[in-house]
Amino acid sequence: MADTALELVELGAVFFSLGLLGRLAGRIGLSPIPLYLLGGLFFGTGGVVPLHGIEGFTAIAGEVGVILLLLLLGLEYSASELIDGMRRSWTAGVLDVVLNAVPGAAVALILGWGPVGALVMGGVTYISSSGIVAKVLGDLGRLGNRETPVVLSILVFEDLVMALYLPILTAVLVGVTLTGALGAVGISVAVLAVVLVVALRYGRFVSAVVDSPDREVFLLKVLGLALLVAGFASAMQVSAAVGAFLLGIAISGSTAENATKLLEPLRDLFAAVFFVVFGLNTDPASIPPVLGWAVVLAVATTLTKLVTGWWAAGRVGIGALGRARAGAALIARGEFSIVIAGLAVGYAAVDSTLTALATTYVLLMAVIGPVAARLVEPAARWVRARRPSTAPAPSAGN
Amino acid sequence: MNVEVTPLPGIGVRKDFALRNGRRIGVVTHRDGKIELIVSKSDDPDACLAELPLTAEEAGALANLLGAPQLVAQLREEHRDLPGIHTRQLPVGPPFDGRTLGDTALRTRTGVSVVAVMRAGQVHPSPTPDFTLTAGDLMVTVGTSEGLDNAIKILKRGG
Repeated sequence: MADTALELVELGAVFFSLGLLGRLAGRIGLSPIPLYLLGGLFFGTGGVVPLHGIEGFTAIAGEVGVILLLLLLGLEYSASELIDGMRRSWTAGVLDVVLNAVPGAAVALILGWGPVGALVMGGVTYISSSGIVAKVLGDLGRLGNRETPVVLSILVFEDLVMALYLPILTAVLVGVTLTGALGAVGISVAVLAVVLVVALRYGRFVSAVVDSPDREVFLLKVLGLALLVAGFASAMQVSAAVGAFLLGIAISGSTAENATKLLEPLRDLFAAVFFVVFGLNTDPASIPPVLGWAVVLAVATTLTKLVTGWWAAGRVGIGALGRARAGAALIARGEFSIVIAGLAVGYAAVDSTLTALATTYVLLMAVIGPVAARLVEPAARWVRARRPSTAPAPSAGN
Repeated sequence: MNVEVTPLPGIGVRKDFALRNGRRIGVVTHRDGKIELIVSKSDDPDACLAELPLTAEEAGALANLLGAPQLVAQLREEHRDLPGIHTRQLPVGPPFDGRTLGDTALRTRTGVSVVAVMRAGQVHPSPTPDFTLTAGDLMVTVGTSEGLDNAIKILKRGG
């Protein structure tokens, strides 16, 4: 009985302090993710206040957090938006992959983490945080801007890449051979194609299975189905997250919107636990040695995202200021970088300092991203004012 | 007018068009039905000067304000040869919210004819006496200036 009481107190203290951190983040206009990670570092192994006894709950809650993060990522875009986005922005999307995965992979190779470590770090530095980006665009009043559809379609493309990348990563992590990995690529392409076709043609049947006018029934059905799919996917050595993600893509239309509204608070709760657990598992003492590399990666991938956005917005005739805004909007990394690093935790093929590097990197990028998005416009105007002759004039109208 | 419709994946749809002076104006409709009015900056046509969130009622009232003068101007043009006849837009006040056009008895008391009711930017032409009014509607009316003045008082006072 005393144990339960202690666990409740600990859990309550964790949630309450996360709430305070989230409020602080909102005050200073930041994403709460870096503060949650710091909270985890604070409570975890080697931290200031190590907590014991709630590991059982936080472990499973963190897993549920990952599943909900990916389920809502899948719900975010409809199948037709995904296909449309792929058609319109695949060149920018490919540039995005090449420019942003290479720095992470290169650093992993330099640090001697091998090809598996390179695959993980490539994913960590590649994927922008669609949560942070969408929030920043809304907060800064840029939803009506002409470069915003470009930014969003790159996020859509990254979404699709995740659907291919996560199964491959899972297959590689459990230690399949090169041919096995190629097989995983084939299978994930095929599965993604099937899911997209099902979502486009028969999406209403999938939606009908979970849909209900009653909020409570609906919530239980969606959550239940997501955990079932994730569990079976996990049993078949495909990551649980991928299963939930594909389910999210398959659910479409108004069902998807309602599901998003219902699941958002749950996702926020469990995802916060996931970030804390990730922070818990990172020893604060392991951060200083990788800090230098994290800063190198932060600088390099800030520039590569800027180039990606600059180039993608330039293709559709956006002016210089808009191109700079598009690039800066994409800089933020967050939840999905941590999800990727979290998948890799505990596998023999992955160096344990990788978690420390990923944590430090996301801590930096989740802060740099929103700040850069805010500062890019005054900075670009200042540059233009200094060099009026060389700066390209913004293109007018259409 | 060439209205550009741009999907915003995960957010909604942007509908806008370029004004004669090159600036863009339009709306962003969110997936959950929220509407934002957008106006582009003068020195950077890619960016927005403002994004104003509007409720459905506010959007409707704005649409009335923009649409009604055009209708009034058109009617004025048609009545130009008839001296003493005026066209005006009269706002429906709270007293007649939820009551019918017949309740106002405008025609009997002032001789004013209600040609149309503008609601949420939509024109409801030739409303019958059982037409139910809502606060915020704009009546497009034709009559003598004395009759129109009286009609305004009736609509404001509610009787």
